[in-house]
Formats: sequence, structure tokens, C-alpha cells
Amino acid sequence: MQATTKNHAQLSEAFIADEPRTDWHDETLWFVRSKRDKAVHQVPEWELLREWASAIKNHTLSNLDNYLVDFERNANANGVVVHWASNASDHNNIVLKIMRDNQVKRVVKSKSMLTEECHLNPFLIENGIEVVDTDLGERIVQFRNEPPSHIVLPAIHLKKQDVSETFHEHLHTEKGNNDPQYLTEAARQHLRSKFIASDLAITGVNFAIAETGGFVVCTNEGNADMGAHAAKIHIACMGFEKIIPKLEHLGVFLRLLARSATGQPTTTYNSHFHRPRNGQQMHIVIVDNGRSKQLGRPEFRNSLKCIRCAACFNTCPVYRRSGGHSYHTAVAGPIGSILNPNIDMRANADLPFASTLCGSCSNVCPVKIDIHDQLWKWRQVLVAEGYVANGKKLGMKGMAFVLAYPKVYRIAGKMGRWVMRVLPFVTNNKLLNPWYKQREMPEAPKASFRDWYRKNRGGS
Amino acid sequence: MKVGLFVPCYIDQFYPQVAVATLQLLEKQGCEVVFPLNQTCCGQPMANSGFANLAKGCDRNFVENFDGVDYIVGPSGSCVLHLKEHLHDGNNEAKATYIRQHVYELVEFLVDVLKVEKLPSSFPHKVGLHISCHGQRGLHLSSMSELVAPPFSKPEKLLSMVKGLQLSKPARMDECCGFGGTFCVFEEAVSVKMGKDRVGEHAANGVEYITGADTSCLMHLEGILKRQGSTVKTIHIAEILNS
Ligand code: SF4
Repeated sequence: MQATTKNHAQLSEAFIADEPRTDWHDETLWFVRSKRDKAVHQVPEWELLREWASAIKNHTLSNLDNYLVDFERNANANGVVVHWASNASDHNNIVLKIMRDNQVKRVVKSKSMLTEECHLNPFLIENGIEVVDTDLGERIVQFRNEPPSHIVLPAIHLKKQDVSETFHEHLHTEKGNNDPQYLTEAARQHLRSKFIASDLAITGVNFAIAETGGFVVCTNEGNADMGAHAAKIHIACMGFEKIIPKLEHLGVFLRLLARSATGQPTTTYNSHFHRPRNGQQMHIVIVDNGRSKQLGRPEFRNSLKCIRCAACFNTCPVYRRSGGHSYHTAVAGPIGSILNPNIDMRANADLPFASTLCGSCSNVCPVKIDIHDQLWKWRQVLVAEGYVANGKKLGMKGMAFVLAYPKVYRIAGKMGRWVMRVLPFVTNNKLLNPWYKQREMPEAPKASFRDWYRKNRGGS
Repeated sequence: MKVGLFVPCYIDQFYPQVAVATLQLLEKQGCEVVFPLNQTCCGQPMANSGFANLAKGCDRNFVENFDGVDYIVGPSGSCVLHLKEHLHDGNNEAKATYIRQHVYELVEFLVDVLKVEKLPSSFPHKVGLHISCHGQRGLHLSSMSELVAPPFSKPEKLLSMVKGLQLSKPARMDECCGFGGTFCVFEEAVSVKMGKDRVGEHAANGVEYITGADTSCLMHLEGILKRQGSTVKTIHIAEILNS
């Protein structure tokens, strides 16, 4: 991911500096959220579906060991090779080995957040493999050498002018031609040549079905299918939480996924893969990479229910106004903020604080992850483990002291609006106070309520 | 019915008129209201910053002060939600539990407990309603735009009883204002941008006032309005209902 030591607050500030662009970003994603609202309000049993999806995932997480083994057995019986990777580097090496064993030099890859998480692309490129991302948005950011800023809409931070410039540079399209149809056609021709020339296709996995050993890949562009059908070898990469027990459960998730993601009734292509064609190889790499650790944290384990629909991104008022790159991780947004501290607490200690805890994310989540409660709980963990700056700690201790002792509180109040000094969001030092930068301070009245009460109602 | 008036610390210090209006409203409804003078704070600012363990002193003090009343009522959704979810006292857990179960935000207390059906209030102005997240998504003061469920709104129900009041709702009816406790300073840029967008929608609707059930959101919006030199004012719902 981006090599950056800047935190979410600093990166967002830079993003917001271009206010018209921030407005555009916010409105574009709000539009997606609105489409989601329209779609879900047409399904009267929506809340029940969410309940079922959540229950199925909870059950699966509690019985993962069995379902994973079932899946492997059934996939093997179908002629699929199953590989197990305990971390990102294992995953990358397994994928590379398959390529080396088969003398593969050129590969196409459809969208897979897991391979982003494992930084597969740079690893393969370093090892002399040409990797082409075939999802349009992914291809755009790949040309620009940027990470995706959104898990469903990877190039949502870019305007069509930006895409036009990028394509002009890499695909030699006409300079200044911003016509989306023209640009898409250019990408289409470019990608066709890559599909035909590639020896191996990597796809993600949306759902892996224990009972059948098959897996389902959902795309709107059909690019996963184009890749997998043209290549001699298909590698599907999945985090181990993608398992569902039975085929009959799939319908619940497919009804939720696309409506939550984009407001479509279903994704354009829901492709079921079961076994290799004659002469083709099919591999599945099942990855842990911190997931079993998260599974072992009772307060955070249900974050593994996530089906990566990105509804929580689109609804998040902070994400919409700070952009995906401000989260400096492969998976941004609210769900990223509860997953990433598990992987690296120090590097991601800022993320659980990049939220007002408004709770909208938990309400849109199709599998009912209590995202905002987990953000709150991560804050407690990060403070307890010492990942929060000392200045903040001292301020909080001072505040806790004043508030715990009524006498101190009242004397502090008499000394002139103690809140000004103690509450971190209201200090009367205007130069140092971030509140005051773009907001006026509340005016301190002559008397506090306590003073008023004592005067008018007595008591001491 | 004996009601303990809970006045969050920043209301005590900056917005005493909100506490006065709350007190008078409750008294007009026939409640016996006491204000325990030794109360300080609910502990939320610390807990939401990750320092829940430092809030124990606050919790203890809160339980001592609000022992012996039937209900605890405060004009701030987020403080009340914090108490409902997190108030504990190792030495007095039974009392803490009673408080958690009997602490109410003012609007929900008026609607759900006192079952207010009419008010003598009058406020002949165009007013925009700001829905605060903790009151809405936490305390369920109104239905939520994300969920497929029948619509309702407790604050609107009360405001509809006020003579002359013309209510206006923004298109993004339950988008967060960006206050978020210490978020408002640690994530200053996003916080202010969120607030500006909220204020912008209300101003475009031509409101004279923005009201809501949470003073902290209103304090943030007021700060932005004043900096912009706007004529739009903020006012707590208690002040309107008591007018
Ligand atoms: S956490 Fe929920 S809303 Fe967010 S991406 Fe995952 S499934 Fe979708």
C-alpha cells in the first residue's frame, strides 16, 4: 500500500483542501447509497434477510474447521487443487510457484481484495510476471500506480478527465476526449488482447460452498469469466471466511450483496465454478493472514461475517469526505477500520478514531456487523495497549479527575468555566485549539445552570 | 413521580438555558424534579476516546447522586445513551442497573413515559430539525433511513404540537453533523466539512433555526454558523417546547 506515515486526520485534511472535489466525491457516493435505499425498500423482508445472513455467517464462523475441511474434500473430488496459506507471503509464494511450475509469464486478475491485502501484484512483478488487473476500475488505478480507494468501486476517487489523461498516457487515446463510451471501448480492446494472451487467470471468491466444493465469483463486467475461460490455469484466492455451508444459503447472500453494494437486484455475472475444463488446472488458495487471530477475539470476531459489499463505505459520512486513500490500507472505510488494527495495531491505531460513531454503517450492513460498537471497543483496546499519544492520555486523566470529584468540579467551575481547560474540544487557547480554526467558541454565559439553580431554587 | 434532572457538564457551563427549559417543562408536566448539585458528567468524553477505564470515578459519582429517584432525565441523547450502555459501579451495581434502566433523554421521556399529547407552546418560526445520531440510532427517537421499517419520529411528534412552528427537514434527513466528541478536534477537517454540509442544507431550506435534542451537535453547528456570519440560529428542542 502507499508508503505513508501520515494518519487519517492528516490525509483527510489534504483531501478536503480541494472542497469542490470533496463535494463531488461525497455526492457520487451518496448517490450510490440512495440507490441502495431504493433497492432495499422494494424488498419487504429485507431486515429478515439480514438476520438470516448474519445467523448463517455466525454459525459458519463457529464451525469453520469442519466446513473448511468439507470444502477441501469436495473441491478435491471435483479435481480442484486446494492450497492453504497461513499468511500473505505464503499466499504469494504459492501463487508464484504455480506460475513457475507451468512457465507462466503473463496473467490476468479480476477483482480480489484478498490479493490487495497480500500485495500480490508488486510481488509478482518483482518476480518477472506481467499482471494485468481486468476490472476496469482496477486497471485504471493500476495504470496510475495507486491502490484502489474503494473495495467495489476502485477508481471512485477519479473523474472522467483523470481517466482520460491516464488512458491517453497508457493507451494512447485522444488527448482531452472525456467521452465515457470512447474511453471504455479503448479499455475493452486493450483488455481483450490481454485476456487472449494470458496463460493464467486469478480471480477472487465471493462465496465458497462447503457442501459442493464449488465457488461463486460476482462481477458486473464479466471479466472474471473472460479470464478464467481463456486461460489454461485458474487460481481462485480466498480468505477463509468466504465459506458458506450449503448451496441453499447462497440465495440469501446474492439477494443482499448487489442491492447493498450498488442498488442492483443482483450482480450482472454470478459465476459458479466447480471443476476444471478438460486440460485446464483449477487451484484454490485459502488464506488465514490474521483471520484466525480475529476469530479468537470475542469482541471482534463477527467482523469476519463481512461480504465486502462496501455499503458501509458509501453511507459513511467520514469516508465520503475523506476518500479511501486516507485510510492507508487495502480495505478502507468503516469495515477496514475494525479489520486493520487486528493486522497491525501500531500502524492502524488512528483508524478506529476516524469515526463519529454515528452508527449508519451498522444499519446498512447486510450481515449485521456491529461496526460502530467495534470501533468503540477498538479504541479501548488501543488505549489499553499503549497505542495512543501521551498528550491525549494526560488530558483525559485531568478530565477524569475533575469529573470524578464534585468539589473539584465546582471549584474548577468557579475559576472560570473549567470546561474551557479540561474538555479537549473547548479550550480558550485560540491558537492551539483546532475547534477555533473554522468554528466560533460557544459564548460563556454569566452564570452556569448550577449557579442559576442555587439562586432560584436554593441548595448548596 | 420523582425525576432527577441530569444536566451534562457542557450544558451546565455553556447552555444553562437548555437546563432551565428542561426543568420547567418537566415541572409543568407535573413531575417533582430534583437537581443533585454534586453531579458532574456521564463519562462519555473519556469513554469514546478509548479511556472508559478512567470514567469509573464519574460513574461512581453519578450513581451516588442519582440514587433514590424514579427516573433520570437529561436533555442530551448521546450522554443518556452512554449511561444506558456503559454505566457500572462495582460497589453499587444494583443501583447502577436501576439507573441504566430508568435514564431517559428528554424527548423520549415526554413521549414514552409522560405520554404528552398536547403542549401550550408557541414558536412562530421556520425550524430545521437536526436528528442526532446517538438519539436516533442509539435511543431510537426516530426511524432510520437505512432500515426497512415503518417511519416514526418522537421529536417531530412533539414539535407538531407547537403553535406556529413550520418544520423543515433536510433531504439527507439523518446524516451525521460531524461533532463526534473528541472527533471534532482530532479530525478537525472532516468534522467541520460534515458540519458545513449539514448547515448548508438547512440554510438552503430557508430556516431561521436549527433545532435538535442534542446540545453537543448544536454547539458544533452554531460554531460554524457564527463563523460564516449566518443569520440561522441553533436552539435546543427543550427551549422550543417550553416557549
Ligand atoms: S462490513 Fe457489512 S456493509 Fe461493510 S463491506 Fe462488509 S458486509 Fe458490507
